[in-house]
Amino acid sequence: MSYLEHSVKSVPGGLRKVLFLNWPIILLLVSVSGVGFLMLYSVAGGSFSPWAEPQMKRFALGFAVMFVVAMIPIWFWRNMAVLGYVLSVLLLIGVEFFGTVGMGAQRWIDLGFMRLQPSELMKITLVMLLAAYYDWLAPRRTSRPVWVLIPVLMILFPTFLVLRQPDLGTSILLLTAGGGLMFLAGVHWAYFAAVLAMGVGLVTAVFQSRGTPWQLLKDYQYRRIDTFLDPSSDPLGAGYHITQSKIALGSGGITGRGFMQGTQSRLNFLPEKHTDFIFTTLAEEFGFVGGLSLLTLYALLILFCIASALAARDRFSTLVTLGIALNFFLFFAVNMSMVMGLAPVVGVPLPLVSYGGSAMLILMAAFGIVQSAHIHRPR
Amino acid sequence: MRRPDRLSQALGRTTSRRALLLGGVQLAFAGGLALRMRQLQVDQADQFRLLAEENRVNIQLIPPTRGELFDREGKILARNSPSYRIVIVRENAGDVQDVVARLSQLVSLDEEDLIDAIEEIRKSPPFVPVTLADRVSWDEISKVAVNLPALPGITPEVGLTREYPQRGDFAHVVGYVGPVSDYDLSQIEDPEPVLRIPRFQLGKVGIEAKREDVLRGKAGAKRVEVNATGRVMRELDRREGEAGADLQLTVSADLQNYVQARLGEESAAAVVLDVDSGDILASASAPSYDPNLFVRGISVADYRALNEHQYRPLANKTVQGLYPPGSTFKMITVLAALEEGMIGTEDTVWCPGHLEVSGRKFHCWKRGGHGHVDLVTSLKRSCDVYYYDLAVKVGIDKISAMAKRFGLGVKHDLPMSAVATGLAPNRDWKERVRGESWRVGDTANASIGQGYMLSSPMQLAVMTARLATGRSVTPRLVKSINGVEQPSGAGAPMGLNENNLRVLRRAMYAVCNDRRGTAYGSRIIADGYRMAGKTGTSQVRNITEAERRAGVIRNEDLPWERRDHALFVDFAPYDRPKYAVAVVVEHGGGGSKAAAPIARDVTLQALYGGTPPLDAYPTKDRDRIAAQQRALNQPPPDDRPDGSDRA
Repeated sequence: MSYLEHSVKSVPGGLRKVLFLNWPIILLLVSVSGVGFLMLYSVAGGSFSPWAEPQMKRFALGFAVMFVVAMIPIWFWRNMAVLGYVLSVLLLIGVEFFGTVGMGAQRWIDLGFMRLQPSELMKITLVMLLAAYYDWLAPRRTSRPVWVLIPVLMILFPTFLVLRQPDLGTSILLLTAGGGLMFLAGVHWAYFAAVLAMGVGLVTAVFQSRGTPWQLLKDYQYRRIDTFLDPSSDPLGAGYHITQSKIALGSGGITGRGFMQGTQSRLNFLPEKHTDFIFTTLAEEFGFVGGLSLLTLYALLILFCIASALAARDRFSTLVTLGIALNFFLFFAVNMSMVMGLAPVVGVPLPLVSYGGSAMLILMAAFGIVQSAHIHRPR
Repeated sequence: MRRPDRLSQALGRTTSRRALLLGGVQLAFAGGLALRMRQLQVDQADQFRLLAEENRVNIQLIPPTRGELFDREGKILARNSPSYRIVIVRENAGDVQDVVARLSQLVSLDEEDLIDAIEEIRKSPPFVPVTLADRVSWDEISKVAVNLPALPGITPEVGLTREYPQRGDFAHVVGYVGPVSDYDLSQIEDPEPVLRIPRFQLGKVGIEAKREDVLRGKAGAKRVEVNATGRVMRELDRREGEAGADLQLTVSADLQNYVQARLGEESAAAVVLDVDSGDILASASAPSYDPNLFVRGISVADYRALNEHQYRPLANKTVQGLYPPGSTFKMITVLAALEEGMIGTEDTVWCPGHLEVSGRKFHCWKRGGHGHVDLVTSLKRSCDVYYYDLAVKVGIDKISAMAKRFGLGVKHDLPMSAVATGLAPNRDWKERVRGESWRVGDTANASIGQGYMLSSPMQLAVMTARLATGRSVTPRLVKSINGVEQPSGAGAPMGLNENNLRVLRRAMYAVCNDRRGTAYGSRIIADGYRMAGKTGTSQVRNITEAERRAGVIRNEDLPWERRDHALFVDFAPYDRPKYAVAVVVEHGGGGSKAAAPIARDVTLQALYGGTPPLDAYPTKDRDRIAAQQRALNQPPPDDRPDGSDRA
């Protein structure tokens, strides 16, 4: 029996819960999504179809989901962690057999009303499972090798499945988020130092294996790394995306070229302008000011999550909130680095802004859990 | 109830600490992103803005309309006529194969072109128009227009193409245009971008090439916005070009038609000059070719046939062909002597049929000799010995200098292709070029226009015009550009003794009108139209002493390329000269037989401004001339009404 359940009486109940929602976070979510609608409207050439309108509908649905999830007590979600993880893993194995092929990878299952990307779900359920695990684990065992090995396996198994899809971006995100959560849980720093050393070794191995029969990555993944390292080597081929993206960003200048005036996006010089590269359109049309504003909104969202996590009284709430915030951070950090030419093109969308159904719904559900933790903390 | 133990609390503190640490790292990363954004959007913004503009803005050239060419009466010589082509746009066509199959039932499509076109369609973006057939006839294009609803993606387009309605008659003067080749581009320093427009045509030969500068005009340009695939989204702005200038030539098309027809299939050239203005009224070179063939892109077989023809139809012999002037040069030799005061007009020389010059025998064309000859007789009967004797006294340098004053061995500044300089040799030249010293024998040869002496029909015509007027007339081909009259070729007096010239003209008159003159057979008898001229027969081979003893082989018995060149120069009317004419018939035999009749007919045609009356001819020739006139006035069989037929 945990400390949490004994404090139920001091937790708000019924409709009073609404008053205890973390309103700043809701406001930030609406703002960020609003930026997304605006940009999707712009890249469609000033039209709600084909992207802005479905995105708004999904946001409405996601908002409802967040609200429902927030109303359900946090200990319910803690108890659901194992189930959610198992379900995600099953779905990940499922995509191997029933998945739809898109962009050279098996990534999603068509549920009829939406396409579910199990890897997106996995990011959240992994964080929940790890948070629940450290909530359950006796504090003295936290840094014992066996009890460190268990969460490592929990992380590596889905990471391996995602890598097989193959989705390099998401697997790196899973690995980083999982490792980050173990760090937050208080595992001894020596482990991380060891892993870091091994990571360097692995990167070396990845590059050394290129061209041999036991090659670790697909050819296109290597090429993406190549073009990242030197985009000018192939400006009309594989480096085209990064080059055009930087041109779009740079030509925006300080104040941008004006709403719907971005020539790079309007004339299709930008690749995947409604999904992975939507930030370039924003930066082109609203300039440095626009880009910095969105970055500030994201940073504030992270700060409010950390503040909420520090105020929580139980480990699950703290860790799950921090984990979700970390995930969110990784999303936008990797995406922005990619479009600014600081990271290889790995196919990570800009959270809440890029067009995409399952990512939006799952993120809103995740923020529902953050809200639930916020509401159901003893006061 | 389990209170949190100390260990749990410690762990909680660790978590909080690490959360703050990680939060800090995240914020720092966000700051890093902001700095990168600043670098791209503030520091390098200008550079990227330029790149974005380069991406989006394309400059497309609007080709200028080429200037047209007219004769002195305003008859069209080169025009831009509409040409129709059939163009397909893949994205509108749907099934390209199907559409092309249906189109081929209406229009005859060239098999090879079609394969190329389909390859091009496959390679280009779907919105790029690809030409399926070029120079389609009006009939075929109307058939396509009627059936357009059944031919999605097909558009009939109209463009301009160069057409030469005068065909072969002006091939050498006007020349032709053709598509810009890689070779052309390599010849031009910093070629204008307009030359890189596909299908753009450039003057290749003749006036078309030489006055390309004014004919071409200036290309316009439009700036268009394109998307990533190159599709034009909208026009941003445009700057209209400037059409090329129209040129009016000094040539009279009617006279040119006649001269070209009169030369017929001989390998010959003829020039008619206005002696006062220097206007080239006709410049004909035979045989000729149809310049329209080159505009369309001549077939290899046709080109080879033209290029390997023994009579060299591609060469413009009036300025490009160099011939020993033969006896037509004698006026220069005698004038050099007269101007030096070395002889009087009445002095005589004894002609025994040859003259020994520094141990070598130089023969007169008449084996028995002419006896005592004075200036007029020597010219009239074309005695050679008289000139050998004169030349040896005067010396080559004086003769050469006089030749140059008359435009021989001097390159005339004409907008024609491959204008030759010719040669009026002197001591210095031989030493410089041949590395040998000049011999007296060379002077003897030069005195009768043989040896090293070389001149073009155009130069001979200019020489004759200067003899007729005593002024340094220069030839002029372009009368006006866009209505602006060009400088006349009328020249200043040459400063020669008018008495000497008068004697010389009288001698030339005798050549044509004295019963014993070499061109008496080709005289004009109409009063006020009589001409003065000089025959020339220039050898292209050496006659050996052995041959001379056995009797010189007659021209008719020699292969064509070893026969003598026949030349004739004249001006008319004798008393108030208007026209100067020069005719050269390559390997035509004797000048009086082969060249003089042509020159007489051409002179009469010029004098009368059309078919001359028969009573201008000697009585016994009239029947023959009448038949000849009827034959020449019939239109040539291949004269089709327009150039719309496809080659």
